[in-house]
Amino acid sequence: MKNGNQLKRREPLTDTQLLLTITICIFVAMYALAMIFLGGGFLRFQQVFDMLNNNAALIIVACGLTIVMIGGGIDISVGGVTALVVMSCIVHMNNGGSIFTAALMAIGIGLCFGLAHGFLISYLEIQPFIITLAGMFFARGMTTIVSLEPQKIAHEGFKTLMKTKIEIPWLGYIAKKGNLIPARMEIGVVIALVIVAIVFVMLKKTRLGRNFYAIGGNSQSALMLGVNVKRTRFYSYLISGLLSGIAGFVFMMHTGAGNATNAAGAEMNAIASSIIGGTLLTGGVGNVIGTFFGVLTLTTIKAIVPASGLTKPWWQSITTGGMLCFFIVLQSVVLSQRAKKKAKAKEAAKG
Amino acid sequence: MEKTAQKTKFSWSKYSQLLLPLLSLSLIILFNLFRDPSFFSVAITENNAGNTVLTGNLISILNGASELAVLAMGMTLVTAACGGQDISVGALAAIAGSMFVKILRSGEITLGTIALAFVCACAIAIVFGTFNGTLVSVFKIQPMIATLVLYTCGRSIAYWLNGGATPTVESPLINAIGSFIPGIPVPTPILIVIICGIIFALIFKFTTLGLFTQTVGINQRAARLNGINTTFIKLLSFMILGVCCAVAGCIGVSRLGLINHETLLLDVEMDTILAVAIGGNALGGGKFKVSSSVLGAYTIQALTTTLYAMKVPSTDVKAYKAIVIILIVVIGSPVVKAFFSKLWAKLKAGKQTGKQVKEAA
Repeated sequence: MKNGNQLKRREPLTDTQLLLTITICIFVAMYALAMIFLGGGFLRFQQVFDMLNNNAALIIVACGLTIVMIGGGIDISVGGVTALVVMSCIVHMNNGGSIFTAALMAIGIGLCFGLAHGFLISYLEIQPFIITLAGMFFARGMTTIVSLEPQKIAHEGFKTLMKTKIEIPWLGYIAKKGNLIPARMEIGVVIALVIVAIVFVMLKKTRLGRNFYAIGGNSQSALMLGVNVKRTRFYSYLISGLLSGIAGFVFMMHTGAGNATNAAGAEMNAIASSIIGGTLLTGGVGNVIGTFFGVLTLTTIKAIVPASGLTKPWWQSITTGGMLCFFIVLQSVVLSQRAKKKAKAKEAAKG
Repeated sequence: MEKTAQKTKFSWSKYSQLLLPLLSLSLIILFNLFRDPSFFSVAITENNAGNTVLTGNLISILNGASELAVLAMGMTLVTAACGGQDISVGALAAIAGSMFVKILRSGEITLGTIALAFVCACAIAIVFGTFNGTLVSVFKIQPMIATLVLYTCGRSIAYWLNGGATPTVESPLINAIGSFIPGIPVPTPILIVIICGIIFALIFKFTTLGLFTQTVGINQRAARLNGINTTFIKLLSFMILGVCCAVAGCIGVSRLGLINHETLLLDVEMDTILAVAIGGNALGGGKFKVSSSVLGAYTIQALTTTLYAMKVPSTDVKAYKAIVIILIVVIGSPVVKAFFSKLWAKLKAGKQTGKQVKEAA
């Protein structure tokens, strides 16, 4: 308990917790309202699992992006890298490669991008936006160079891996015919959840994780305190690249097809999820659990809109935009109010 | 004598920002010179409509970069004032273009209706620009995040404005805006860019906007303490960018004669930010040079046209573009610059000591 109080006294951590609480509350409220007013699929656990199944790759990508954003940077190449990994792995496996080498390839491509970004951004001090933008162009261009035609997986072993699902009978529902349909979860979701857990522990408990917060909050003072700012920044991009590679593999396990437009807009969806989850682009504030809920919130909005009768094609992104606007304004107002209160308290303490 | 020397030195430092875009542009031109000198040939031909027009790669570079150049002008201001970039310019241009088409389709197309449609497009772009600007200046949200909202939903709003269709406009007048005015051999978009450039130059010459923007970008607190309304300056930069988006959207619509909310100026936001960065402007705000950004825009287009001329498939262009972009920014990076200036100083010092040794001998 004493430890908790001490944590509360530290500024960035409390901001993180506050924003996280807001996100979780809004997500729960939104989902509850959907359950009450829309009913149907929202009453089943399968709805949650479907959201996870469809967005396992996005969760992984968003985790990497959260780390980069906590460190005060940005990585918009993640979607491109994911697409490149999907395409290369499928072409590799269709030409007789094994699943193991494909997985190695996914991790290798991700690490290569991470290395290049990290080196150029932290050691040559070039703006992260430009470098990762170039990385995105490169990855997207390479994807079409690898194969312009859409590719479908033909590897039998991988097909069975794709179909393998974890069934949880006690979360299932009784169908109209009277038979029990268990809730199904793909392997990708397990990987995503494990990664969320690992990143969470890393950010909270390890020195590297704390260093990310330090360089994002104030790189100057982090440097004075003996943090190797350049190396920490380098690691943040490296991890982001690695996670994009893994996300590509998970994406492939979900779709089983490679296309030049795979994961289009994933970078912006990941950024939006991180922001909804309470990560600030200025760095130093953020939480990977929030990002996880950010992805869920974003998906829930996208599921609610067509279910509530707004079936025209434009409503989905307009409501998503509106929701995003609501979140960022709310965060801005809450944070500025707190800053004001704090300043007042300081003045009162002085007087 | 000394005075003039000082003067030339001063003006040199003033234009040193142009060095990076000029260097990269000349590199691309040199490359083309060695590759194929006929790349630069400009011919006078007759087009389908019977006008005598200028054609050639150079003209198509200047013509193709028009939208990018106009957007880069506005983006430079936003970058300088807010220390961040607007990623919604493509979406905003699509909205403005939709409005433009909507008004044009409601009646007969004459010069008057075109002017009215353009004003309406500007108005709606300014409204959305003000929305972005309010998020940035009043709610103090980073520009990239604030404009992410419009980036997400802007193209859908454009689709909504069109009522779920991709309407076309057909008129010789629209054609004249998009390609050539009869009797003038230069493509009209180039003329529009020149007009925009002149307007920007006049604004900077006769108002304090440039100075104020720079001040706000360098130190917001200091600017406020000196009596500059920082909120208004930021808002104004977004409104100006809105007008630029409207101009770019109208050029884009006129070029094709139709509005497609999905493909109009696709990915232009990334290219625009790149143009600003190649122009040597600090993406963190502060000092800026609009002309430098425009040069950056032409550099990007020259690169694209060169790649097309080399028969690179249009889908693969991005990968090669990325390599050149990374080369350009690595050359411009502070660490590499410092390394080279150190090397230069060492070489100089080495020469001098060599001279001294000789003299001593």
